[in-house]
Amino acid sequence: MSKRIDVSDLNVYYGDFLAVEGVTMAIEPRSVTALIGPSGCGKSTFLRTLNRMHEVIPGAHVEGKAVMDGQDLYAPDVDPVAVRRQVGMVFQRPNPFPTMSIKENVLAGVKLNNKRISKSDANDLVESSLQGANLWNEVKDRLDRPGSGLSGGQQQRLCIARAIAVRPQVLLMDEPCSALDPISTLAIEDLMSELKDDYTIVIVTHNMQQAARVSDRTAFFNIAGTGKPGKLVEMGDTATMFSSPTVQATEDYISGRFG
Amino acid sequence: MTVTDLTPATPGVPDGSGTVQLVATQKRLPRWAPWAFAAGGVLVAFGILAVTGTPTIAGVLGLGAVLYALGLTITSRVVEGARWATDRLATTLVTFAFLLALIPLVSLLWIVVTRGAKLFGATFLSTDMVGVYGDMTSGGIWHAIVGTLLITGAATIISVPIGLLTAIYLVEYGRGALARWITFLVDVMTGIPSIVAGLFAFSLFTLIFGPAYRAGIMGAVALSLLMTPVVIRSVEEMLRLVPNELREASLALGVPKWLTIVKVVLRTSIAGIVTGVMLSIARVIGETAPLLLTVGLITQVNWDLFDGRMATLPVFAYRQYEQGGVGIDRAWAAALTLILIVMLLNLIARLISRLFSPKTAR
Amino acid sequence: MAVTSPPSTRAGLGSEPQVPATKGGLAGRVFAGLSTGAGILILVVLAAVAVFLVIEAWPALTASPEELQEISWFKADSLLAYVGPLVFGTLLASILALAIAVPVSVGIALFISHYAPRRLAQGLGYLIDLLAAIPSVVYGLWGALWLLPILNPFFTWLSGTLGFIPLFAGYQAPAKNIMSASIVLAVMILPIITAVSREVFLQTPVLHEEASLALGATRWEMVRMAVLPFGRSGVISASMLGLGRALGETMAVLMVISPGFLYSLFLLKPGQQQTIAANIASKFPEASGLAVSTLIATGLALFVITFVVNMIARWIIARRKEFSGAN
Repeated sequence: MSKRIDVSDLNVYYGDFLAVEGVTMAIEPRSVTALIGPSGCGKSTFLRTLNRMHEVIPGAHVEGKAVMDGQDLYAPDVDPVAVRRQVGMVFQRPNPFPTMSIKENVLAGVKLNNKRISKSDANDLVESSLQGANLWNEVKDRLDRPGSGLSGGQQQRLCIARAIAVRPQVLLMDEPCSALDPISTLAIEDLMSELKDDYTIVIVTHNMQQAARVSDRTAFFNIAGTGKPGKLVEMGDTATMFSSPTVQATEDYISGRFG
Repeated sequence: MTVTDLTPATPGVPDGSGTVQLVATQKRLPRWAPWAFAAGGVLVAFGILAVTGTPTIAGVLGLGAVLYALGLTITSRVVEGARWATDRLATTLVTFAFLLALIPLVSLLWIVVTRGAKLFGATFLSTDMVGVYGDMTSGGIWHAIVGTLLITGAATIISVPIGLLTAIYLVEYGRGALARWITFLVDVMTGIPSIVAGLFAFSLFTLIFGPAYRAGIMGAVALSLLMTPVVIRSVEEMLRLVPNELREASLALGVPKWLTIVKVVLRTSIAGIVTGVMLSIARVIGETAPLLLTVGLITQVNWDLFDGRMATLPVFAYRQYEQGGVGIDRAWAAALTLILIVMLLNLIARLISRLFSPKTAR
Repeated sequence: MAVTSPPSTRAGLGSEPQVPATKGGLAGRVFAGLSTGAGILILVVLAAVAVFLVIEAWPALTASPEELQEISWFKADSLLAYVGPLVFGTLLASILALAIAVPVSVGIALFISHYAPRRLAQGLGYLIDLLAAIPSVVYGLWGALWLLPILNPFFTWLSGTLGFIPLFAGYQAPAKNIMSASIVLAVMILPIITAVSREVFLQTPVLHEEASLALGATRWEMVRMAVLPFGRSGVISASMLGLGRALGETMAVLMVISPGFLYSLFLLKPGQQQTIAANIASKFPEASGLAVSTLIATGLALFVITFVVNMIARWIIARRKEFSGAN
């Protein structure tokens, strides 16, 4: 069962530097939300605050609220590790673990956490996750080969399989196709529309066509200038955003006048 | 692309026969000229030395090298001009520098093997020095091998956990002033002379256990003082090679930081870490001075690291050399053993790094 | 939980707890504490080195000259007068070693980085690194038993022809003089200076190299215009690291030199100089009481000298990093 996330008045800082200011948005369950905007506008930074991955960078911290189905992700007694088990992430460049086989990569979330799992459960989980990532048929005969031997697109789908094997509620994708060729990109986009039946998906993309193709709702971020914080300009249904945005900057960006 | 390919200085330009005008104007020495000068230099040197005295190999090669450099540079200056002559002289000197460094390497290995082979053998390796005195040629280094392995092993057991954890701190946790201080002090530690490490271990143990205390552990502490910074540096380097993306991938799966470090970062860099540890063992296993001060030497095997003096290969070799006579043969044989151990460690280290490092695409 | 088919995979998730409150991550905190502790241990150990050396040297530092002169080998007027010639000998041997090693090392580094065929370069690098792997006592044996007889005719010739210069006067066979010791030291510090210089030379921006070659420079002119200026500070810091190592090296000097305690510049004369490290190693095993303290006091002096030299080396490296940060 996927969950909704309500963000209100979220500020993101790197040390003293305010990177993203005052974001308020609702992320609906079982849908794809696309974050678009020019480079450096803070959309990736904002995405990483949804599973507290920004805390990996020293000095990064947030103010404001991010609530997932009534649970504040930033409540003082919440463990970021637990947040990340509920909110999975796929990165810009495919990053399978080079020391692990395809199978071990899928099971990484379980194995790395020292959890015990029976052999048959493990096999089931590998199969269901790889099928969920549309990769099963391509790799079922070589599950014990290293994950780094796959093509870029296959590696990215392996990373998606690895993320959904942990059974998250939400899946964050940070420009998941920017390092891939068009055919692999298409495969990932198809996969996204299947996954949204079961997950809340948030995707950061530079590719406006991609946002239009895959997302249900679109949020446009912008930045006033270097050194200024990024802001959420407007958010709405993708169809509305691309046909009749209310803000001039959105229209300029979407029509390719800048960015 | 190699620089060599671009350099006009390589004597590969066809001399005089070129169709390109630029080449034709440049008069160059033929490609075989350096070889001819080398052969000529050696021959003339042999001639000179044969007339003036006895030609030794060192003398002929030394004088031949000087004649070669002079001959080639002067000829080049006349034929090719000053710039090319300087270039040839530089090439000659740089190549000589390299060849010069090979002299100690080759001569050292050669003399250790030939002189060491005299006593080296199964009996030498498996007996100790109990009851051996005067000109007796019996006796061996079993006790010293045991001592060296025990002390170096203990030093490794002390250094590796501390070094590994410190490196993890510096790469994964360390921020701010404390991390900067530790980095700085690891640098300082790298520069501690081995004899000072020996003095420190001596001071530490004699202050606690009294001035007459001697034990293998003193030597192990001294060696670990020298070994720890080497371990830290090499592990640090290996950990920094692990791409950040792998850490993020693991953290994003909801794996706690410490498990990410243990199971992803260390797992990915384990081959490099083991290699670094092996090389650091090879580095301290031949240390002599600190052991001379702390552990001393005895004639029989001592298995107890915490009680009494111990024999070690380097100290054994030194004491036997001092003693002279047949002791010198023993010193060479012990040196051969030591070099074999060091080379073996180096070889294993290189093999590990070649065989087990993960094949990352990036 | 059993998983059968992809659609039902997510069915059971509703029963999963909400984001659980943190249990504190005890293991994680223990692990972080352990590694921080190891780092702090480094601070403690270094402080301990200084403190213990001072404690043990204290009796000698505070003893009167008369007390010190009861030590059989203590002939000087005061501790300072005893340490002085040793510091001089240490510096002289190390600087001589450096003077020999640096040009050769730079030559080797250039040979490997810019002259040797690229396929061979790495193997040649290993060959030089091999020199670093050889134990110091083996260098001592090699120096004392192989090198000294080889140097004898050369030193005889040098003393004969250039003997009017005091530096080279008064040679006596065997060649157990500071020059021989420095040559052995030079061989021992060659690998580290070569390794660091080689790394720096290899980092020379290819653009600079190509720019000078495009101007029609010969290979040497390219090296002089692009490689050497770029690598200068790297070579300097490499030399300082080598110097630090030469200062503390014990066995090679101990086994080669015939010791003396003079401020003497006779490089080929035996019985003139001695280094701190070799002096400690030769006297320590038989020493007791105040003699031990005196030797540890000289060790303290060596510690301070190497500390300063290494600091300067690190400072140069750090400064260089700042400059090259822009590239």
